[in-house]
Order: sequence, then structure tokens, then C-alpha cells
Amino acid sequence: MKNFLNLPAFLSRIIKINLLLATVLLAVAFVSLLVGTARIEIIGGLKGLLYGWHKGFTGLTPAEKTIIFSIRLPRIIFAGIVGAALSTAGVVFQALLRNPLADPYILGISGGSAVGAIIGIVIGAGFLPFSIPALALLGAVLTVSLVFAIGRTNPNTLLLAGVIVNAFFSAIIMFLISMSTSAELHNITFWLMGDLSLAASGEIIMTGIFLIIGFAVIYLEARPLNLIVTGEETAMQLGVNVERTKIWLFLAASLITGLAVSFSGIIGFVGLIIPHIMRMLCGSDHRLLLPASFLFGASFLIVADTIARTIIPHTELPVGVITAICGAPYFIYLLRRRTY
Amino acid sequence: MAIVQAREIGFRYTGEWVLKDISFEIEKGEFWGIIGPNASGKTTLLKIIDRILVPQEGSVWINGINIREMKRDALARLVAVVPQEAPLIFPFCVEEIVLMGRAPHLGKLRFEGKKDHEITRRSMEMTDTLSFAHRNIGELSGGERQRVLIARALAQEPHIILLDEPTAFLDIKHQVNFFNLVKTLNREEGLTVISVTHDINLASLYCDRIILLDRGSIHCMGTPSEVIRESNIREVYGTDVIVDRNPQAGLPRVTLVAANPSDRGSRLKAGAAPQLLQFGDTKKERINTTPTDEI
Repeated sequence: MKNFLNLPAFLSRIIKINLLLATVLLAVAFVSLLVGTARIEIIGGLKGLLYGWHKGFTGLTPAEKTIIFSIRLPRIIFAGIVGAALSTAGVVFQALLRNPLADPYILGISGGSAVGAIIGIVIGAGFLPFSIPALALLGAVLTVSLVFAIGRTNPNTLLLAGVIVNAFFSAIIMFLISMSTSAELHNITFWLMGDLSLAASGEIIMTGIFLIIGFAVIYLEARPLNLIVTGEETAMQLGVNVERTKIWLFLAASLITGLAVSFSGIIGFVGLIIPHIMRMLCGSDHRLLLPASFLFGASFLIVADTIARTIIPHTELPVGVITAICGAPYFIYLLRRRTY
Repeated sequence: MAIVQAREIGFRYTGEWVLKDISFEIEKGEFWGIIGPNASGKTTLLKIIDRILVPQEGSVWINGINIREMKRDALARLVAVVPQEAPLIFPFCVEEIVLMGRAPHLGKLRFEGKKDHEITRRSMEMTDTLSFAHRNIGELSGGERQRVLIARALAQEPHIILLDEPTAFLDIKHQVNFFNLVKTLNREEGLTVISVTHDINLASLYCDRIILLDRGSIHCMGTPSEVIRESNIREVYGTDVIVDRNPQAGLPRVTLVAANPSDRGSRLKAGAAPQLLQFGDTKKERINTTPTDEI
């Protein structure tokens, strides 16, 4: 009962928890920067991060500089962006579908995005700016509508619809890639299991900018989302314009999913695990849950990607292997527990 | 001026009219009940008053304003709903749920301030839910959860409260407690109440006015004594009942009649379930199932 009457308490709780999670994110990113086939010393790495931009800095060898700034740093930033995007999208889809097992991957939305992006590349639309992400967004939106139309009545039907749609899209992806001779098209493993190492810096920046825009749109609807979670009619009775809110949220969540998938392939289960862990730790209020999932999702995917590129010496695993190994058992655990 | 006016409402989903030519006027501070058989349009009518559904014909006016002209949050500051039950999938604690009642007063971004917490606290006191403010709503019993939903409705500070069969899942003790609470709020806070209910006896005990719906039309409306009559019930529900006076309140009391002679005759003609119609069985059935639907 102590904190009952002073609510700025909730705002300060949001700030405190997110500062903590941001610190974790920075620490994780820094450690990830040092780890790899070429080890970099802590002090040198820190100095390199701070002064490495200057030409006169000599604390690192040129090779180390290249590793840090051209290889690891962009990849870590991109992993953070994709992790944040998928976790945020997971929170939104779970809330809108009122199903705690929803996730962009499980529902086939990532698959739909990938098909959209691949079609864009195959038909050679890549030279138009934003055309690939736009097609990925289109794929995501169509998949959401389809899965929702099939499975809106029953949570289990929704998941089954996702499974079927996923199987279908995997087949389409394999078909398109087998048929295509396009040099721009990455291999099947990239699309089906995800790879964070291939994104160009322009793509990373674009994904980051759209993530911020999408997140802002979503966060403006955080309170309505709390109400929608308790039932759409209830939300209407409490003053929410439900139809409009849902459209904005579906679009924003599909946009960030589509962008992430366009440049990283399909990385599964991030949008399932992270929102669930955060809900256990922070509660269901989306004003806290959304930023917390954003930050923790970023940290999680950076860790997963670091493991993927270091666990077997001189070999890189697709990051989706790591997330699936963590995520699939977790999904089964949730499915059996039946309370969330 | 009446606080709620329904003017010639007609509504259908796709096919036949679910409601037709519904008009009534409710004065501020009155307690109204809507009764009628299954599929008579009770819940639909309630949803129209709260603009969850928009009627094809006619309109609802609240405080002299057509609700179609109102913004959602403006309407939510006037009308609150207590649903049958809350489908709660995600873990929210009781306090969070009740605080949600403040949403129409806060807009999208403003955080709940001191005043909102005071109002929330008072609603929880009135509904006796303060003691489990920090428990997860999913862990509560049906009666406790129902009180939380009223607390949320009260936190909205509405002028009108709509109840959609709020006691459907409660035992008789909680049914009476629930309606006593609503009656107190109605008398002391001047809250206008409109309640859909299956329980004619509860409606008789608590309502100032009752609307009896029959297949989408108003069969009759008025005080409990005017509406709850054997003839009305027989015409609308198609079953015989005995209406006498509640010994305590003097209001109409309905007793259901199981398998009376004329009923048995009609069943024989229909030829349904003949083995049930043998004398001994019927008698046993009557003894076992004579309901005493009294509070």
C-alpha cells in the first residue's frame, strides 16, 4: 500500500527500470564488441571506442580498428535494432490478438514479410528506394489479415493458422530462391534462419529510423493498448476508438517487422520470449512493457548473435538457430502452463 | 429532461430486425431493468445505448445530445458498463484494472494524478475491494471480480451505469450483495442504472421501472407491479407462472410452474419423449425440479 497514492511513482518506475535495462544493453554491446575470433582487450576496446575515430589514435592495430568499426559495431547495432523491433512487434501482436503466444514468427508474419521482400528482389524492384521494405510491409499486413481472419475466434486456431501459413511461406521462399538467379538474393539459410552480418550500413540506418518512428506511433497508443487487452468492447466503453487504434498499431508493428525481416531474414521467437519475460518482471502495463521489451529485446539478440558467431570456432551459425533453441522449448513451456 | 431517451430505435445485424420501434425515456436517478426471454434483444439494446452498436433507425439521446455526435471518450465519461465477466488473459492487478476507469478522463498520454488515485481508492472502498488491491485479477473469485468491475465503472464517474446480466455467474448471496451495492449507489449518488437481467424476481425487488422485451419489441413497461403479471409473462415467455407478493417487500414475486396438466397435454400432442410422460416419471420430475426462484 505504500506507493498507492503518488503516481509519479509509476512514471519514475518506468524511468528507473528502463535506465537499468539501457545500462544492461550498453554493457552487453560492449562485451560483444570484444568477443570473437580476434580477441580485443577491455582497455584497448574502451579507448578505441572513445578515441578510435581519430586518425592519430594508435591504441589499436589497423586490423583491430577494422574489426571493431567495420565489422562488429555495425553488426551489434543491427542486432540491437532487429531485437528491439521484433520484441516490440511481439508485444503489440500479443495485445491486439489477446494471445500471449502470438509472435511475428509463429504467426507467419515474418514469413509473409520475407516473401514480400524476396518478390521485390526477384522482380528487380530493388533500385527503387524503400521498395523492398514496402513490399515486406505489404507481405506482413496481408499475412496479419489472413491469419487473423482464420483464427480470430479461438486462440489455438490462431496458432494453427500461423503454423500453416508459415509452412506455406517457407515453401514459397524455397521455390522463389531456387528459381531465381538474382545475385542480390541471399541464400535460403539467410531467409529461413536469419543472418545479421549482411546488412549494409544504409540498410541499418533505414531500419533504425523506421524503428524509432514505428515505436513512437506504438507508444502513443500504450494506454489504449492496456484497455484493448482487457477486451475490445471494454476498451470502447472506456473511451478508446478501437478500430482506428488497431489499424495504427497493426501497421506500425507490421512495418517494423517487415523492415527487420527485409535485411536480417527470419529470426524466430524473439517476439515471444522477450515480452513474456518482461511481463513477468514488470507487469502488463504497456507504458512500461513496451520500452522494457524494446531494450531487453535488443540486448537479447546481441547476446544471441554473439553466441552464434563465437560458439563454434571459425564457423558462424545463423542467429535464428540460437533463438529457436532458446525459444521453442520456452514456447512449449508456455503452452503447457496455460497461465501467463 | 430525461437523461436517456431512446427514439424509435430499429436495429438488425443482417437479416431480421433484432429490435424495432423501441422508445422510452429514463429520468435521472432511476433504476431500470430490462427483462425478456433469450434473444429478445436485451443485450443488443444495452450495446446500442453505449454505441457499441449503431442502430439503423432512430437514435439514443443522453442529456439531450444524440450519442452519435459524441466522441468516444465523452460518452465514456457519461456511461459506464459492468460486463458479465472480464476475459482477462494478461495479468493485471486489481488496482490497475480500477485505474483504467480513469482513462476517459485522461486522454492517451497523461499519467494518473493524485485526484485519479483518490477516486480509484474511493471506488474500491465503496465496493470493498481495497483489501485485495494488489492481487492479480485472475486469482479472484467470481464475486470479487464482479466487484472490481463495478469499482472500475465507478472510477469512470459516470452519470449512467449499464449492467449486462451482472449476476449471471454469482451465487444468491453475491447476487443480493451486488444489487444492494448498486441500489445504494443509485439512491445515494443519484446514479442512473439500467440493468439487463434474466432474474425477474431480482428486477422486481430493485427496479423502479421495468421494460419487458418480446422478440425485439417492447411488450410493456412500467413499475414492477404493472409489468410483472401472470398474463404478461405467459404471453412473452410462453410459460405459466404464478405471480404473488414477496412477503417482505410486497413486490411481485414469480414462481415457476413445472409440468402443469395443460402443459403435459400439449407435450403429449407433440409426441415428444413419450417415456418421460408416463405419470410416475412426470410426478418425479415435478418434485425434483420445482424451482423456488426467490431471494
